[in-house]
Amino acid sequence: MAERFTKSMARNIYLGGSVFFVLLFLALTLDTQLRAMPERDNREQLTEDVVRGKHLWEENNCVGCHSIMGEGAYFAPELANVFDRRGGGDTEVFKSYMKAWMNAMPTNVPGRRQMPNFNLTDEEIEDLAAFLEWTSKIDDNDWPPNIEG
Amino acid sequence: MKYESQRVAMPYFIFALILFAGQIVFGLILGLQYVVGDFLFPEIPFNVARMVHTNLLIVWLLFGFMGATYYMVPEESQTELHSPLLAWILFWVFAVAGTLTILGYLFVDYATLADITMNRLLPTMGREFLEQPTITKIGIAVVVVAFIYNIGMTALKGRKTVVNIVLITGLLGLGGLWLFSFYNPSNLATDKYFWWFVVHLWVEGVWELIMGAILAYVLIKLTGVDREVIEKWLYVIIAMALITGIIGTGHHFFWIGPPEYWLWLGSVFSALEPLPFFMMVVFAFNMINRRRRNHPNKAALLWAMGTTVMAFLGAGVWGFLHTLAPVNWYTHGSQITAAHGHMAFYGAYVMIVLTIISYAMPIMRGRPYGNGNTAQVVEMWGFWLMTISMVFITLFLTAAGVLQVWLQRIPESGEALSFMAGQDQIAIFYWMRFVAGAFFMAGLVVYLGSFFIKGEASPAEEVRGPATADA
Repeated sequence: MAERFTKSMARNIYLGGSVFFVLLFLALTLDTQLRAMPERDNREQLTEDVVRGKHLWEENNCVGCHSIMGEGAYFAPELANVFDRRGGGDTEVFKSYMKAWMNAMPTNVPGRRQMPNFNLTDEEIEDLAAFLEWTSKIDDNDWPPNIEG
Repeated sequence: MKYESQRVAMPYFIFALILFAGQIVFGLILGLQYVVGDFLFPEIPFNVARMVHTNLLIVWLLFGFMGATYYMVPEESQTELHSPLLAWILFWVFAVAGTLTILGYLFVDYATLADITMNRLLPTMGREFLEQPTITKIGIAVVVVAFIYNIGMTALKGRKTVVNIVLITGLLGLGGLWLFSFYNPSNLATDKYFWWFVVHLWVEGVWELIMGAILAYVLIKLTGVDREVIEKWLYVIIAMALITGIIGTGHHFFWIGPPEYWLWLGSVFSALEPLPFFMMVVFAFNMINRRRRNHPNKAALLWAMGTTVMAFLGAGVWGFLHTLAPVNWYTHGSQITAAHGHMAFYGAYVMIVLTIISYAMPIMRGRPYGNGNTAQVVEMWGFWLMTISMVFITLFLTAAGVLQVWLQRIPESGEALSFMAGQDQIAIFYWMRFVAGAFFMAGLVVYLGSFFIKGEASPAEEVRGPATADA
């Protein structure tokens, strides 16, 4: 670095740059959260069932194996679009699919990846299904590329 | 070691390395579960092993950062630590709380753990990397606040150096952003948005300040180059880190609900995120070329060079590979993400902690110029075994990821393989990754073994006039 470029110039770039970009980030966050997200995240459908379903999702650490909107672990299938993949976009079909699936776990097929049985009641499975259905309707810029997630 | 209270770093470093070993054991379990799906099922299901693997990483890096801080700040401030007793108390509180949390993951069913720790009162559990019970999260917050108090009091009463200011700014950011881990709205899209305020703004934001400060400190000590030069570099590097990294958060907002302008902002700014890491490489090699002394601790110098190169490759190059939105549309949440995550964490944060340990541990053990030749050779074997293994882990995961995208993401619905069918096709790469992981474990054993070899190095030899008083 040339000698004309002094330490105080470097410090000013750091301070000025970080303050500017922190403020810009906060402004963009306000715009995203207050203006854009209400139109995109399907919040008017966020029912009590969905909220209970999210708690179940968290308290059973589902994200420890699965991804949801591409985030989580990559050991088991993506679930943000499982409502479309396994339920064909139909609430009742998806609920019965979920009950059958959850109750069939673990498969105990030797050598295959195993999903634990979380001993959920029928009502809890319906809440979880409601959460996954709600999630599938968030506008996520058309991700994933296909139905397989 | 100029101040007796720096020695409180020792337990932090030792405990960090113990947890590191635990992390790798669980990494191997996970690697095997990828190909032998029912391995250790139902005793340790994948989600539990993964939680232990990632949480051990986070906790041992925090121990490493804290140890580094306790070592560096008194010497930089030219004063004893404000309260060594508080540092010891916090060590035990954090060590016991961390251990209990990990044991809780292993021996208590997660839903039961959520229940007995009263997650319902303030639900924060069950989100990736933030799986800790709320009570543990509060504990971390308390420990970090008391730690920053202790460090702040020390720094305020002594010499104010740029290294200290940058380090403490990074730690304040770390503590402040942690508060977002307590915000868990029932709207998943909002939850995810602010979850990144902890995860991204830690690892691609304030942690880079901590890394830069540690690197600058070690380079001052090892090369004897004038502090003014090193501090100028440090400012430029962290300026680039924050200028690119803050808006770069946008590369996580592509597919989780936020509007389309993030596709542009996230792509452009995160494409620039390799810059600060590239500058760290140039910085380290430049300072070493301009060195005023040949420091006998060659192992520490190797770690310092290695961390910049591997951070640039892992965080910079492997991050760039999949950060542009049109690419990320295909690769998001695939094994390519896993490949990037492994090399970035190893290169940037594991290696910077091992750098400061390599420099400071011998001094705290009464070997002011470093370990003897045999111990250093063994340590460098550990360096190369772990680093080369990590390169292969990353390459195999990248190959797995490319194939996964090819089979599962690129074909149209109906043509594409299902997730599990795709996984079967790429199993060979998971096997190779497991073998590379076993070599990593071997490297870690060699590395840890180097601590048990006796002998010390002789004083530094000056090459271009005496090094600065700092070195």
